[in-house]
Amino acid sequence: MQRFKEKSVRYFFMVCGLLSIVILFGIFYLLLNSSFPAISKVGIKAFFAEGYWNPTAFSGPQYSIWNLIKGTFMVGAGSLIIAVPLGVACAAYLAEIASTREREIFKPIIEILAGIPSVVLGFFGLVVVAPLLSRLFNIPTGINALNGSILVGIMALPTVITIAEDAISSVPQNYKHASLALGATRWQTLRKVILPAALSGIIAASMLGMGRAIGETMTVLMATGNALANPSSFLDSVRTLSANIAIEMGEVPMGSVHFHSLFFVGLVLFLITFVINLIADLIFQHYREGA
Amino acid sequence: MKKKGIILLSAVLLLVVSLVFAGCSQPNGEGGTQAPDSGNEQAEQPNDQVQQTAMIQIRGSDSEVNLVQRLAEEFMNENSNVQIAVTGGGSGVGISAIIDGTVDIANSSRVMKDEEIEQAKANGIDPVPVRFSVDGIAVIVNENNPVNELTVDELGVIYRGEVGNWSEVGGEDKKINLYGRQSNSGTYVFFMESVLKGDYSPEMRNMGGNADIVEAVSSDETGVGYVAIGYTMEEGSVRPGIKVLNVAKDSNTSAITPLELDNILNGAYPITRPLYQFIKGQPEGAIKDFIDFEISERGQQIVLEQGFYPLRAEDIEANNNSLQ
Repeated sequence: MQRFKEKSVRYFFMVCGLLSIVILFGIFYLLLNSSFPAISKVGIKAFFAEGYWNPTAFSGPQYSIWNLIKGTFMVGAGSLIIAVPLGVACAAYLAEIASTREREIFKPIIEILAGIPSVVLGFFGLVVVAPLLSRLFNIPTGINALNGSILVGIMALPTVITIAEDAISSVPQNYKHASLALGATRWQTLRKVILPAALSGIIAASMLGMGRAIGETMTVLMATGNALANPSSFLDSVRTLSANIAIEMGEVPMGSVHFHSLFFVGLVLFLITFVINLIADLIFQHYREGA
Repeated sequence: MKKKGIILLSAVLLLVVSLVFAGCSQPNGEGGTQAPDSGNEQAEQPNDQVQQTAMIQIRGSDSEVNLVQRLAEEFMNENSNVQIAVTGGGSGVGISAIIDGTVDIANSSRVMKDEEIEQAKANGIDPVPVRFSVDGIAVIVNENNPVNELTVDELGVIYRGEVGNWSEVGGEDKKINLYGRQSNSGTYVFFMESVLKGDYSPEMRNMGGNADIVEAVSSDETGVGYVAIGYTMEEGSVRPGIKVLNVAKDSNTSAITPLELDNILNGAYPITRPLYQFIKGQPEGAIKDFIDFEISERGQQIVLEQGFYPLRAEDIEANNNSLQ
């Protein structure tokens, strides 16, 4: 009886684990299968040719996704520039400086930040951040890539803080004690000893934050203006891969070339986040083994 | 202790199994034509059966959503046995919903394309167009912009991106910021086909709805946008922060405001369009009652109150042709 129970529990958990793998491959297969008609009709070349994404253009469809990829990476990278310094500083504070009581107050609040619906953040971007940016940079409108980056940076913060804090906490106490014993101040210890020792974990945190940022849709859709042009700076409007799918999926005639092209856009997005998460995972493993 | 564990485990298993089944059965219920069908069946019941509640699902145009919502509220006040749900998403979304048969009425500010009608027919649905209001697409700029009027040609070159500075169309020396809708919008398509006759500039910001454009232009001194006329008004006057431009057919005719009823009714304002609803086949039961209410004198009064315009003679004629 006992053994049977052990076994059934074992299989139950194994099935749960397998399920996620099956779902992953299922989605990958679906994306590949559904984007195949677009690849054969439009051609890979047309997707990566110079030009714009505009399948419903007056003068005939165009399918170039370069500007969408560029927009996606701009918002992704921009959000990291905002989230990583803030996130690491916050993690260092939580792991090294804050008292237990302070930590007990801060951590749940940071978790609440992760729970803000993205549409609410997008609305916040449209009515609060946009006018602020336009005044700050003296530009006509703040609906641009920077706005999206700030908002997605806020969304990525909890991910970065949680993983970076984990990395900082797992730096052996001996390092810290040795540094302090040699006469280094707490600031010197943090900057020269603890943060370098936790570096691979911090990089992994950043990459996971980036993976989160690149897939984010609703906030970006509302805050960046979604123009199709090639953006030349963060003060230009951009359209991301995910926003593009969200905008067009609702109205596209099922089975059309446009429909299948959107699956191709989804496939590209999937591959980008997959590679980023893979890199994060490799770095993460490295740091686990190193520590 | 052990017993408790087993009970807990079986409870968890039961939960998982039931969740899986719930997950499996849901798509069947939603994906098919069941929900709207039941609406139709009930709609066929005569109105005096007070106990029967008819459901009407309406989806589509962002330009029309507030207006239809208002009409539906008034209609429901008088017909407590009818429930009407109105949602937006854009004309394209409404049209693809009626093609799939998931709604009873699609709001659309553009006509259905031939291939869309064919797709609907392939699904056994024969969409019937009804015009229930008239809209003059308003071209709006920031209230601090000195420009008061533009010709249709000027709008074309501005939105195609061939002219990028306000000084070239009689304004200050400032870059023009274009605001437009997304491709799921009927207004986007109508404006592209009747004003641009070409492609939108890729620099144009693609906003999610009329309200987003009004919001953006009211805070951007160099912005220009186009919205359904009903979105420019707030309690009888133009919304603060924006200015509605007068538009001329060409450089020989004078520029005309869309804010006066006569200019729309006599066709003097150049960017005028009927607002449509597409119905699955000839309207019957509660759906017919609702359509009749919309195009009745009472319904048209509400249309006017919401900042849109009532049907012209040509629209009524078109309705007589499509409705039997």
